[in-house]
Amino acid sequence: MILYLMCFFLFLVGVYGAITKRDLIKIILAIGIMGYSVNLFLVLLAYRTGALVPILKKGLDIPASMMVDPLPQAIVLTSIVIELGITALMAALAIRIYQKYDTFDITKIRRLQG
Amino acid sequence: MILSQFIFVPLLAAFLIVLFARKKENFAAAIALAACAWILIVSFIAFFKLPSHGGMILNNTSGWKIPYTICLILDNLSSFMLIVVNLVAFLSAFYAIQYINHFTGKWNFFALFMLMLTGMNGVILTGDFFNLYVFMEISLFSAYALVAFGTESEELEAAFKYATMGAITSTMILFGIGILYSYTSTLTMADVGLQLRSGGTPKMIFLVYGLFIAGFGLKTALVPFHAWLPDAHPSAPAPISAMLSGVLIKTLGVYALVRIFFNVFGAPTVVLQILMLLGTLSIVIGGFLSIVQWDFKRLLGFSSVSQIGYVVIGFALGTPLGILGGILHLFYHAIFKSLLFLDSGAVEYATDTRDLRQLGGLSKELKVTSATNMVGTLSISGIPPFNGFFSKLIIIIACISAGRIVIGIIAALVSIVTLAYFLKVQKHAFYGKKGSAKVLEKVPFAMKTAMIILAALCLISSAIMIPSIRKNYLNPIVETVMGRTSYIDKVEPYLDNGSVK
Repeated sequence: MILYLMCFFLFLVGVYGAITKRDLIKIILAIGIMGYSVNLFLVLLAYRTGALVPILKKGLDIPASMMVDPLPQAIVLTSIVIELGITALMAALAIRIYQKYDTFDITKIRRLQG
Repeated sequence: MILSQFIFVPLLAAFLIVLFARKKENFAAAIALAACAWILIVSFIAFFKLPSHGGMILNNTSGWKIPYTICLILDNLSSFMLIVVNLVAFLSAFYAIQYINHFTGKWNFFALFMLMLTGMNGVILTGDFFNLYVFMEISLFSAYALVAFGTESEELEAAFKYATMGAITSTMILFGIGILYSYTSTLTMADVGLQLRSGGTPKMIFLVYGLFIAGFGLKTALVPFHAWLPDAHPSAPAPISAMLSGVLIKTLGVYALVRIFFNVFGAPTVVLQILMLLGTLSIVIGGFLSIVQWDFKRLLGFSSVSQIGYVVIGFALGTPLGILGGILHLFYHAIFKSLLFLDSGAVEYATDTRDLRQLGGLSKELKVTSATNMVGTLSISGIPPFNGFFSKLIIIIACISAGRIVIGIIAALVSIVTLAYFLKVQKHAFYGKKGSAKVLEKVPFAMKTAMIILAALCLISSAIMIPSIRKNYLNPIVETVMGRTSYIDKVEPYLDNGSVK
C-alpha cells in the first residue's frame, strides 16, 4: 500500500510541477515525472511477491498464480515510447520558442490573448 | 469487411509520402487524396452493409480471441463517426492541395495529416482501452505538430500550450486505465463493462470517472478545460483547423466519452449531471467570449467551444431525443464548422490577414467565399432550412421534455448570440465598408470546390430529418448509445472464456 501511495505522491509532484513552474524545460520535466509515476504504478500492478517470470515451457511448470502479470509490462514499454515521443516534440517546440522569444519564461511568452 | 484498412491505408499513405514524395510534392498530395478517397468510400460501404451483419462487425487483430487480443469493433455509432471523419478529411485534403502552396514542406503536411487520420480512425474502431490511448496519442502528436506547422511565434506558443495540456490529461487517462485494469484484470472495453456490471460499483470507479472526465473533457474542450482550443485551432493551417474543430474534438472527446461512459460504464447519473453542467457552461461562456473576438479564426475557435456544449448536453440528457440531437449536431457541426474554417482560410489566403478590423467589403471580390460563408452562418445560427436548425431544435425540445427547462432556454438564447457574432463576421469581413486589406490573390479552384461541396452538404444533410431515413439510419445509432448494455451483450459471444494454459 505504501508503495502505491508514494507512487500517487510522485504523480502529484508531477502535476504540481506542471501547474506552478514557469520555465518551459521544467514543465517538460514535470510532465515526464507524471509519466514515470504512471509507469511505476502499472509495473506495481503486475508485481506479486515471490512470483516468477511468466514463461510457459515444458518442464517449467509454474502455476499461473505464481507468475507476474506480463500485460502491464508490455503496456509500460509502449507508454515509455509514447512519452519519449512527446518529450522530444515538446523539447523541439521549446527550442523553437526560445529562438523566437529569447526566453524560456512562460510569463513572457504571451502573444496569444483574449 | 476488413476493419484494419481504416487504419493501415492512411498509415501506409503517411509512410509512402515520407519515403517517396519528398521531392515530388504533387505526388504527396495525390497519395493523400487517394488514401482519403479510398477510406471514404469504404466507410460508406461499411455503413450500408452493417445491418446485414447484425449491427456489429468484430475483428480480432491476432490469432487469439478477445480479451487476450486487441479487437476492432464496427457498430452503428462507429460507422457513423467514420463517415463524418473521413468526409471532412477528404474535403480538407482536397482544399489543402492548393492552400498549402503558401507553406513550405508540403509532403510533411500531408504525412502528418494522414497520421492524424490514422489515429482518429483507430480511436473510433478500437474496442480496447489501451489501444484507444495509443491511437489517441498518435492523432494528438500529429495535431501538435500541425498546429506548429507555420513555425511563427504564436503558432509555436499555441502548440506548446496544447501539447502541455494534452500530455497531462493523456497521462491522467493512462492512470485511469491502470486503475480499471487493476480492478478488472482486462483491457477489452466490453469485458471491463461486463466485470463492472457483475461486480457492483466499487468506490475506485469514481476516481476513474474523474480522471476520464478531465482527460476526455480536455480533448472535447469543455469549459474549464477549453483554454487551449482558441489558441491551437486558429494557429493551425486552415484545413487542419477544419479537421481539429470539425472532427478531432468530437472523435477524441465526445465519441470517447460516449463510448466509455454510455457503453462501458452504463451512463452513471453522476457523470451525466457533471457533463450537463460542463456542457451548459461551455455553451454560455464560449458563446459570449466569441462576441468580443476580432480575429476571424479565433472567433470560430470560441464558437466551437460553444457548439460542442450543445452536443454534450444532448448526450448528457440521456433521453433518446437528446441523444438524437447530440448525434445530429455532431454531424452538422462537423460540416458547417469545417466550412467556416475553410472560408476563413480562403480569406487569409486572399488578403493575408484575418483581423476583422482590417477586412471589409469582400463580398464583391470573393464571391464564392462570401456566399458559402453566408450558408455556414445561417446553418450554425440555426436558420431553417439549413441543417443547424434541426439539430438545435431537437436538442432544445429534448431539454424541455426532459424537464430541464432552464437549460433549454439557455440553449435557445445562446443560439441568438451565435447569430449575433456571425453577423459581426458578415458585416466586418464580407459586407460593410471596405477595409484596409486588399485582395492580393484569387482563391484557387480546389479551395472553391471544397467550400461549395461543404455548403451544399449544409443543405443536403438536412434530408436526414426525413422520417424514413431517420428511422432506418439514425435510430439504430441512438439505440446503440441508449441501450446501455447492448454493446456489451453484442461483444460477449466473441469473448474467449476458457482459461489460458
